[in-house]
Amino acid sequence: MSVPALEPLFEGVVRQAEAIAEGRLGALELARAYLDRIDALDPQLGAYLHVDREGALAAAAAVDRRRAAGESLGPLAGVPLAIKDNLCTRGMPTTCASRFLEGYRPPYDAHVVERLRAQGAVILGKTNLDEFAMGSSNESSAFFAARNPWDTSRVPGGSSGGSAVATAAGLAAASLGSDTGGSVRQPAAFCGVTALKPTYGRISRYGLVAFASSLDQVGPIGRSVRDVARLFTAIAGHDPRDATSSTRPLDAHARAAEGGARGKRIGVLRSELEAADLEIRAPIEAALGLLEAAGARLEEISLPHARHAVSIYYVIATAEASSNLARFDGMRYGARQPGPGLLETYEASRSKGFGPEVRRRILLGTYVLSAGYQDAYYLRAERARTRLREDYARAFERVDLLAGPVTPTAAFRLDEKAKDPLAMYLSDVFTLPASLAGVPALSAPVGFTPSGLPVGLQLTAPAFEEARLFELGAALEPRLGCAERRPPLAAS
Amino acid sequence: MSRAKISREEVLHLARLSRLRLDEAEVEPMRAELDALLVYMEELAGLELEGVEPTPQMLESDEGGRDDELQPSLDRALVLEAAPEVQDGAFAVPQVMERQ
Repeated sequence: MSVPALEPLFEGVVRQAEAIAEGRLGALELARAYLDRIDALDPQLGAYLHVDREGALAAAAAVDRRRAAGESLGPLAGVPLAIKDNLCTRGMPTTCASRFLEGYRPPYDAHVVERLRAQGAVILGKTNLDEFAMGSSNESSAFFAARNPWDTSRVPGGSSGGSAVATAAGLAAASLGSDTGGSVRQPAAFCGVTALKPTYGRISRYGLVAFASSLDQVGPIGRSVRDVARLFTAIAGHDPRDATSSTRPLDAHARAAEGGARGKRIGVLRSELEAADLEIRAPIEAALGLLEAAGARLEEISLPHARHAVSIYYVIATAEASSNLARFDGMRYGARQPGPGLLETYEASRSKGFGPEVRRRILLGTYVLSAGYQDAYYLRAERARTRLREDYARAFERVDLLAGPVTPTAAFRLDEKAKDPLAMYLSDVFTLPASLAGVPALSAPVGFTPSGLPVGLQLTAPAFEEARLFELGAALEPRLGCAERRPPLAAS
Repeated sequence: MSRAKISREEVLHLARLSRLRLDEAEVEPMRAELDALLVYMEELAGLELEGVEPTPQMLESDEGGRDDELQPSLDRALVLEAAPEVQDGAFAVPQVMERQ
């Protein structure tokens, strides 16, 4: 029973659930250890916007009681998780890191939160993000910026920065984020953890605050491929409350993460690799070499329209955002700023409630949809998106998976790009294509730069073939051993 | 900025359409940022897209909507707890129509 204080916190979802089910680890003891570590470390990291100490302890105590009574436990029983603060949690704040929703408590749980709770997970709290998930550095949070645990002068990435930080720093066993153009993959790469952007439609978005509806997906972030696969299996599948949720059965995923690189045909995105910094490229090339040695067959491949992804994405995503965010009018929820009339009340509430990045995207989205510009921007972008999808379809006729970098650089410094929206948007260039094509992509750590910052590999598979990602990711993981390395943190 | 993609007047018009108000000091920086993004996005004009179908949404063709059956909705009292202003069990909003 006397487990060393720090160890269970980095064991990951699968092993914690096992230890709890077998009685080697108490759920309450584990939840307390995480809450203590959050108290000690989160002041310097800013991963959490809200910690639900009481709720977490109550849920953990309930798991221990069930076990003591010999009742059956769910596959996530007693595992402490962190949830991105754009996923609705009943009775807990859900702010989207926006002043507009400060203090808002939703009357219901998101589908994915409901599923986690039903399987016994303990929800530790809500994590920091770029406001309304719009950003790549977490700096657009209206409250405070989260920081990279490997170097706190650097950003953790975004928009699911808080979730990635919590997972990397041992402030949660794993976490959920959301990914519209790279928002779980890029922060996972910057923080040295693993994340999945699932196929569009694979996970219900009921209770996920909408940003860009043809792109948004919920995605798990964990310390290993196995953990990510376990969370994915827990939350994926059809939900009639989300009209875009696929009715395809999920059984193919049950056998996920079996491992095996042998015979896999991997398409290497050479031009993306060459566009990345050398310190990013080197560990990825080394990882590809390991896969080849393990029996995978590599061939070079290109997605000719991927270089247009930034333009396509920032037209489509802002157009959809301008429409989705029209609901924030200060009438039914959120902060109302009274004005002399209805119009003035709308304007005052939205202008005070939304930060600069959100306002910029609403304005850009309104522009590309407005009369006279819609054909030149929005319609062109939707056509170019079709071309990009065709690129993927052609690539997957030749290979089973694609491999390339997640990001062009390692984590950048706070304030380095905050004043230059275009530079910030360009940092998403490698993650946007999979979002635009609706295909699943895994971001997995493969090494470190010479200065000790994590580097991520992105694997992409055809729609609904998440199992291929888990299989190859799990084959690579033990050959690298970088999952064992932990950020150098001490309580301040 | 001789060939600006977007003018100050257009920015103010977009703000009105989006129900946003920009302070005077915010207008020019916002215009310049939007302009830089639109200039970058110009590159899409070079693509040959004649006859290409757009992809405005990602649903698979076989996905239908759910049956149109009455479902229980959220509890009214719970929903109203989050409202900025409530009156007689309903959302209270600013006056919409003028009195005659």
